[in-house]
Amino acid sequence: MTEHETLEQRLHEQGISRRSFLKFCAAMATMMALPPGSASAIAATLAKVKRPSVIWLSFQECTGCTESLTRSHSPTLESMIFDMVSLDYHHTLQAASGFAAEQAREDAMKEFHGQYLLLVDGSIPLKDGGIYSTIAGRTNLNMLLEAAQGAAAIVAVGSCAAFGGLPNAQPNPTGAVAVSDIIKDKPIINISGCPPIPAVITGVLAHYLTFGALPALDDQGRPKAFYGETIHDRCYRRPFYDQGKFAKTFDDEGARNGWCLYELGCKGPTTHNACATTKWNGGTSFPIESGHGCIGCSEPKFWDAGSFYAPLPAPTADVSSVAQAAAVVGAAAAVIVGAIDRGKKTAAQQSRKKLTVDDLKGN
Amino acid sequence: MSIDDISIKVTDLHSIGSIDALLNEIATRLQRFITQGETSMIDLKSLPFAPAEYEGLRTALGRGEASARLETIGDSELYETHYPGVWWVTHYNVEGDVIADLIEIAAVPAILHSQPEDVRDGLERLQQQLSQKE
Repeated sequence: MTEHETLEQRLHEQGISRRSFLKFCAAMATMMALPPGSASAIAATLAKVKRPSVIWLSFQECTGCTESLTRSHSPTLESMIFDMVSLDYHHTLQAASGFAAEQAREDAMKEFHGQYLLLVDGSIPLKDGGIYSTIAGRTNLNMLLEAAQGAAAIVAVGSCAAFGGLPNAQPNPTGAVAVSDIIKDKPIINISGCPPIPAVITGVLAHYLTFGALPALDDQGRPKAFYGETIHDRCYRRPFYDQGKFAKTFDDEGARNGWCLYELGCKGPTTHNACATTKWNGGTSFPIESGHGCIGCSEPKFWDAGSFYAPLPAPTADVSSVAQAAAVVGAAAAVIVGAIDRGKKTAAQQSRKKLTVDDLKGN
Repeated sequence: MSIDDISIKVTDLHSIGSIDALLNEIATRLQRFITQGETSMIDLKSLPFAPAEYEGLRTALGRGEASARLETIGDSELYETHYPGVWWVTHYNVEGDVIADLIEIAAVPAILHSQPEDVRDGLERLQQQLSQKE
């Protein structure tokens, strides 16, 4: 295992200019949902960090989360893996197999004890001693307990690791649970979604590298920067909801006009995720843009929350205040200006002094 | 069968109001830039546009007389809009995907400035070249 040098050293060796690095940091700021003017502050810190060792354990899962990560566009997976982190074990992506693979994991755990980031995708089956999912003859439970001991922090990637996901759905034949049900003494960050948005996975890693700490989390252990608002609040179809314009079937006039999918079972109002703005497939679109409601895949127990096509029982947010704003400036304006506020705050900071990473931490 | 028999119609999706809201925001920031010299950026990827609105914004802002291109870990396109001081900055990665899409209120986008570290590196190279000639 080579010594983990700083990102700045690596980039300089590769002949990458400071300007390129700043551009990279601008992309990172966008990805981390930080104010766009913060690129130079991020660059100053990121240049000095040493690449942390990352151990990725895949348990009771479908590999969809890894598929999602490998389609991450900003930055590319290659730059992420080779420049920002040292991915020392990932049994799907690594070249080594068998004993050599397991050896790599054990070496990394020993050498970077107390410092490595542990990424987990998939739930952990507990029933019958955890025998329903094993790797190299060891149960997932056993491997998790061992790897968690020396981890600086644990990132639960995907709804299975975060909340139990599909394996945990009724009747849960394997007794599947989430990482946080087992590990109680380490910081855990949940990046839920089935799968999570690729840019959110890399964004959280970038945040950890930049600030040396996990981002602010919501009550479900998810980073607020990405899960702080509901799909509904950030949906471009929200104005139609406020105007009471709903599609009643998937092929009626309302559906063709792009009206709100609430009555067709859209779970946007109760689902916290960044799909409406970060979008999918390299920023192409998200499910609602394609005419299908949100199924709520980043929320706990979404498989057991009733039909994907049954409307939510009642509005979950206080719509009256939004309606008032809508009457004055138009609902979309209310939504979009709210989003800009975050940038405004920082613009004010910038005018006084140069933005630092500490300023960003306070946001 | 004619095109009218197909039940899908092209409808006007231009007006959920995001463009006007954003133009107002840009006007406010432009005012602050004039009076206080305060530069700022708006991250377009963080805003919920309806499908046609993004292109609508491009039309609304138009294109001015200055543009630039960076060729650095993927291209970047920068151009001043019809409104001086309002720049549209788009960064691509090597695969051609958009990795950042920004409106920047400034005399010149910050990324265009030569960076002190790069200037020092360049001087070093130049001096090396000169010493080889001696």
